[in-house]
Amino acid sequence: MKKSSGMSQRTSDIILVAITAIVLIIVAYPLYYVLIASVSDPYKVYAGKTFLFPSGFTLDGYKAVFLNDGIVSGFLNSVKYTVIGTVFSVVMLYITAYPMAQKDLPGRKFLSIFFLITMYFGGGLVPTYLVVKQTGLVGSMWSLFLPGGVAVGNMIIVRNYFQNSIPRDLIEASQIDGCSKLRTFFSVVIPLSMPIMAVMVVFSMVAYWNDWFTALIYLGGKGSPLPLVMRNILIKSSATASQAATISGGYAELNKLTELLKFCSMIVAAVPMLIFYPFVQKYFEKGFMAGAVKG
Amino acid sequence: MKQARKPAARAAAPHRRTLGRRIMDNWQLYLLLLIPVVLTFIYKYIPMYGIQIAFRDFKASRGYMGSEWVGLYWFKRFFSSPTCARMIKNTVLISLYGLLWSFPIPIILSLIINQLRFNRYKRVVQTVLYAPHFISTMVICGMLRIFLSPSGGLVNLIFGTSIDFLTESSAFRTIYIASGIWQDAGWGCIIYLATLANVDPGLYEAAKIDGASVFQRILNIDLPELLPMAVLNLIMAAGGLMNVGFEKVWLLQTDLNKATSDVIAVYVYQQGIESAKYSYSTAVGLFNTAVNIVLLLIVNKIASKASDVEFV
Repeated sequence: MKKSSGMSQRTSDIILVAITAIVLIIVAYPLYYVLIASVSDPYKVYAGKTFLFPSGFTLDGYKAVFLNDGIVSGFLNSVKYTVIGTVFSVVMLYITAYPMAQKDLPGRKFLSIFFLITMYFGGGLVPTYLVVKQTGLVGSMWSLFLPGGVAVGNMIIVRNYFQNSIPRDLIEASQIDGCSKLRTFFSVVIPLSMPIMAVMVVFSMVAYWNDWFTALIYLGGKGSPLPLVMRNILIKSSATASQAATISGGYAELNKLTELLKFCSMIVAAVPMLIFYPFVQKYFEKGFMAGAVKG
Repeated sequence: MKQARKPAARAAAPHRRTLGRRIMDNWQLYLLLLIPVVLTFIYKYIPMYGIQIAFRDFKASRGYMGSEWVGLYWFKRFFSSPTCARMIKNTVLISLYGLLWSFPIPIILSLIINQLRFNRYKRVVQTVLYAPHFISTMVICGMLRIFLSPSGGLVNLIFGTSIDFLTESSAFRTIYIASGIWQDAGWGCIIYLATLANVDPGLYEAAKIDGASVFQRILNIDLPELLPMAVLNLIMAAGGLMNVGFEKVWLLQTDLNKATSDVIAVYVYQQGIESAKYSYSTAVGLFNTAVNIVLLLIVNKIASKASDVEFV
């Protein structure tokens, strides 16, 4: 039986690299295509002349993005929601996970179940909407943050990190020094949990930046975030008559610009998050493992 | 070990303090929990109480309890509506096919990535594969609409055709599922790669000495290591079988592909939020949730039996 395999390490390396290279191209090419199309003449793009490099290089699309009131205000709204939402969510995760990580906390089991149930069961769209409405949040920015409450899955990851990855000696030492539990939280636990905090910040940022469904339901058309603004451009393909009036070339030019605007707005919406995640990528696996270990 | 090393000072302290005393000692922790508990209660538990409007003719002015009890009226209405069967069928089929296709791919991918020996290349592969997960469904659907356009869309350019894919109901499921795999298969690898990182390197060494090929190592070492996690993921996925996401379907739906794209989630939104038929929409949503819970319980039972036999 020994040595029956025949395939050398080198051959198998080549096969593995080849397979992953194909997968790489399948995943990366659509993104690359949008990028080059965003600086190309859309007529050439749709005529099939743009596959590897931009054709008829132009930055008109990006100019149009920055002159488009809808996109600019959507972008600013998204930035605002993302910043406030991320701070809110991470604070909520931490103030929930820290007490839940104390094994001797009376009522811990009850509280665990209290939070866990919401992971598997909820009221559904309308009953939740009605409560949001009754608490006066509809139309307010807070409707995007408060109803989400605690992200229980992430809370468990953070809790397990507190339990497993922060040296007990340090916590005990600070308590012998007379620190209260709150003081220990601020001066020992938080500073030692930066890797998991980085992961949670990125998760929250991405969730808020990309969210539009919550805004669609609760904001009632006011203060729309970027993705919701983009719906008019990408899905409905609408351009306003006022835009046509401002463009010298009339409708032909407008059509061109509408198409360019699609590509450019997608880049503007996608790039901010794509910049951030590689920095914390090395913590993803550890974070997930910490979360998978039962605490 | 850890038990034994507890500081003497603590061991000497009275071990059975009264419950009241222990609660008092932890007042700061309860204070931290106050806001999360209140928010969870208001926005998660009160809506559960509100589910009762599925059995009532809800009028906002009368409140939950004051609205007239109508029993299963709304459920009957849903089951007798002309599109009901179609929506249930579409929801189940999109999920089921989606699960069958998208469940094995991250497992296969991570088995391959795990065997890559060039660390820098491995990292590049991971980074690129994770990327689509960080993009909004709005952008994904925008890309799909452009790529699938009959006039100059990338897919038609490549195949030299001019098919309007989004008006073909036969293409909808493929579009939905393939784009889902494109977006999340890479991300789905993380948990498997993390599991594989824990494989004892000694096993690989022993296998090498025995002359095992990469393929044999994957089959005999890596795959068994992944199975428990894979079963767990399958259970979780099966519990969400009726949870076809609203977002992508809503953005990709056209009047012409409704025969396959009409799903319960979109209907719940349209009836509940757009048309403000609160009770009816809640009833439809509740039906969906109930089916999910039943599926979760069934799969959980099957999987735990299967895993008892095979792994324990």
